[in-house]
Amino acid sequence: MDTITQTLEQAYLSRYNDNAELINASCGATMNSHREAAREKFEALGIPTKALEDFLYTDMQPFFNHDYHIDFKRTPEKTDLYQVFKCDVPNLNSHLVFTVNGWFYEKNLLKQGLPEGVIIESLAEASKNHPELFEKYYNQQAKESEDGTVHLNTLLAQDGLFIYVPKNVVVEQPIQIINILNSQDELMSNQRGLFIIEENAQAKVLVCDHTETHNHYVSNHVREIFAAESAVFDYYLIENQHNRVKQIISTFIDQEAKSNVLGNIITLHNGVTRNNSYVKLSGEHAEAHLYGMALTDKDQHIDNFSFIDHAVKNCTSTELFKYVLDDNSVGAFRGRILVREGATKTMAYQTNRNILMTNDAKMYTKPQLEIYNDDVKCSHGATTGQIDEDALFYLRARGISESEARILLMFAFCDDVLENIRLESLRERIKELVEKRFRGELSKCAGCAICN
Amino acid sequence: MASEQDKLLNDITEKEYEFGFTSEIEAEDIGKGLNEDIVRIISAKKNEPEWLLEYRLDAYRKWVNMKTPEWAHLKLPKIDYQDIIYYSAPKRKAQYESLDEVDPELLETFEKLGIPLQEQKQLAGVAVDAVLDSVSVKTTYKETLAEMGVIFCSFSEAVQEHPDLVKKYLGSVVPTNDNYFAALNSAVFSDGSFVYIPKGVRCPMELSTYFRINAMNTGQFERTLVIADDDSYVSYLEGCTAPMRDENQLHAAIVELIAMDNAEIKYSTVQNWYPGNKKGEGGIYNFVTKRGFCKGEGSKISWTQVETGSAITWKYPSTILKGDNSISEFYSVAVTNNYQQADTGTKMIHLGKNTKSTIISKGISAGKSHNSYRGLVRVGKRAENARNFSQCDSLLLGDTCGAHTFPYIDVKNNSAVVEHEATTSKISEDQIFYCNQRGLDTEAAIGLIVNGYAKEVLNKLPMEFAVEAQKLLAITLEGSVG
Repeated sequence: MDTITQTLEQAYLSRYNDNAELINASCGATMNSHREAAREKFEALGIPTKALEDFLYTDMQPFFNHDYHIDFKRTPEKTDLYQVFKCDVPNLNSHLVFTVNGWFYEKNLLKQGLPEGVIIESLAEASKNHPELFEKYYNQQAKESEDGTVHLNTLLAQDGLFIYVPKNVVVEQPIQIINILNSQDELMSNQRGLFIIEENAQAKVLVCDHTETHNHYVSNHVREIFAAESAVFDYYLIENQHNRVKQIISTFIDQEAKSNVLGNIITLHNGVTRNNSYVKLSGEHAEAHLYGMALTDKDQHIDNFSFIDHAVKNCTSTELFKYVLDDNSVGAFRGRILVREGATKTMAYQTNRNILMTNDAKMYTKPQLEIYNDDVKCSHGATTGQIDEDALFYLRARGISESEARILLMFAFCDDVLENIRLESLRERIKELVEKRFRGELSKCAGCAICN
Repeated sequence: MASEQDKLLNDITEKEYEFGFTSEIEAEDIGKGLNEDIVRIISAKKNEPEWLLEYRLDAYRKWVNMKTPEWAHLKLPKIDYQDIIYYSAPKRKAQYESLDEVDPELLETFEKLGIPLQEQKQLAGVAVDAVLDSVSVKTTYKETLAEMGVIFCSFSEAVQEHPDLVKKYLGSVVPTNDNYFAALNSAVFSDGSFVYIPKGVRCPMELSTYFRINAMNTGQFERTLVIADDDSYVSYLEGCTAPMRDENQLHAAIVELIAMDNAEIKYSTVQNWYPGNKKGEGGIYNFVTKRGFCKGEGSKISWTQVETGSAITWKYPSTILKGDNSISEFYSVAVTNNYQQADTGTKMIHLGKNTKSTIISKGISAGKSHNSYRGLVRVGKRAENARNFSQCDSLLLGDTCGAHTFPYIDVKNNSAVVEHEATTSKISEDQIFYCNQRGLDTEAAIGLIVNGYAKEVLNKLPMEFAVEAQKLLAITLEGSVG
């Protein structure tokens, strides 16, 4: 076993060694300065196996154990993405930005309509242009991670997205990020994101993932978010990939006092997906809301992991995750809440509800509360079951066909999660997508010309 | 009011262990250390048949290659397994015919513990198999039970007299290589209780054992085996208190329950071993493997436990629901104070059709203690219509303690309905205010609320135990609280 582990990790380290010059050349000094420590951490931690409690239900080794191509040198995108891509969210005007295989799309048209001072640019460029910000924020949360894949990202990351919203600025329109995987080879992407929302600023980010070719992909994505005092930040992830995509997304969120962050992870189609959300509430009266839903079928595998760290008093967190699992699919949810000593008046609520549609689908749930303080209100609830037969009968008695009734009930089941989307046009649009997915009409986002 | 509460909590936390005393009975032991020879000596001393020696040796060989489990939310000190005496028996090993012959000091010990052996014999109708440092000294009510065909005796006696039954069922629920402590126990178990209820018999009385670790530095390795044949019923009570000690003592027991068709086993535990002093020195390490096997159709196993003692508790009474329509219940109150650590819970493995399980767990932490609930509910692929309801609540008293929950829910069948809920909170000021308003002082209010909180579980205990359990709760937590 040891030898296999060694060769796999070693293989990635030698990929780095062979391309170190190329990797370092594309980024600023601060970004590069973290690579050495990341290499040591990666060597020590390795790629997670099921032996680790946090990865009990998803073994990462087989997904990384493949000779993937890595685009150390950007392959220029030939098509004009703005021409082929039309997202038809009604009434949704967004600041549209693309990344291709982890690289920031060079023709991004961003300047228009952005409030003054807001920066949305390539991470590699930003690391050269804003060394002071990178000094302060880059890899500050991720470096403590116990997950080897995070350090592998820090080691290999060359580009991605950088968002900076200055003090008191409100970005009204959502920033829509389309991550595209498009390669003739079997590809590994190591995208990195750094989002900084300054004091009293507000922004919303919508992330859509797309894969163009039917190759095997592994996407190892790390994103760090800093919400300063009184900042309000929303991020919505729409995961809509094909079955050969293995995706591990680690999102780190650090929240200062009175900040309010909402995350909503909607998994509609995927191969194997592991979403890690690490939230640290480090200022008083901060609020974190984490929601997620997953619809899986075939052999899909979805594993949502969340860790909410109540480091100071008077903070609130809520979590709600709902899964509908069909065919042979496997769902896993692990939610850890830590209330530290002194974090009094904490409120932390967590709910996970699941429906198994077939006898071959499996669901593993593991909520976890760790509380070192008496003045708290914490709860967690988890259920796994099936569609309520009485409700089904009620609808059938009113002349609704069985399949229609089932769709209606499943849709109602997921609605709790979708209701939390804080932008009406987006909410309506996503609800529509989810409904289509239930009806089996959705293979890719409709209207997204790039996929047709 | 806050300061009053603090004072109260201080009083509670400073309450000394009431049952701290050592009874001086001469004990025979075989010196410290563990190796194959020791295993052979234990087996020889107990005059065991060859197959049992082989069983022990096999377990020992497995144990040598195993590692201490580290996954629990516990700070485990390093245990030197060579510094423990693995066998200790009271020296005057007479076969008592009447109570008069029993060592008076031993009787006094029982008296202090509140086990009036004589009185119980007449009044309570409880047969007590008192296990004092591993060897069963006195078994009462044996005759009455024998008439009905019930076998209730010490484990060593069972090995001599009912070898077929022991051979058939020993290790059938907890195999020797199940876990580190189970392997250790299988290698060196000293004595314990054996119960067999024949077909169609409803055991006429509550069967009860009191365990007590007595001699200095003696690990206690109990082995309990309860077999309920078709259509039978038995309620088994296990109570534990240990005298005050400076050094940590190891306790690694195994309990195996087997329920055949339509049989029911009710297993109740009150555990009050020495938890260590206020600074967290001393105390018992309690690493116990308890598992029930609902083998037959319509069988039922119910676990009730009140855990107030031990410095470290590592205990997961579990049930394998194999028979169709079988049922299991788990009711637990775990109280930790000072530097106590508890990682306890249950496993419900649903394999048969229409199986049901209920888990009610109440944790109470005070002082600088840590109390964790760890549970697993697994629904196998063929377990049609499995049903589980779990509830685990934690109550925190004071801001230096910790309460943790680690539930695992694995469902592989779509007809299963599994529900889990958990809450963590402190006693709300509204509740205390409500009591104050009705003339109860804060002391009494906290007492009332804690008892009410645990009531759901305490109600499941047999009458004789419920009284003691309430008393223990009061001792552990309430101090002078009424």
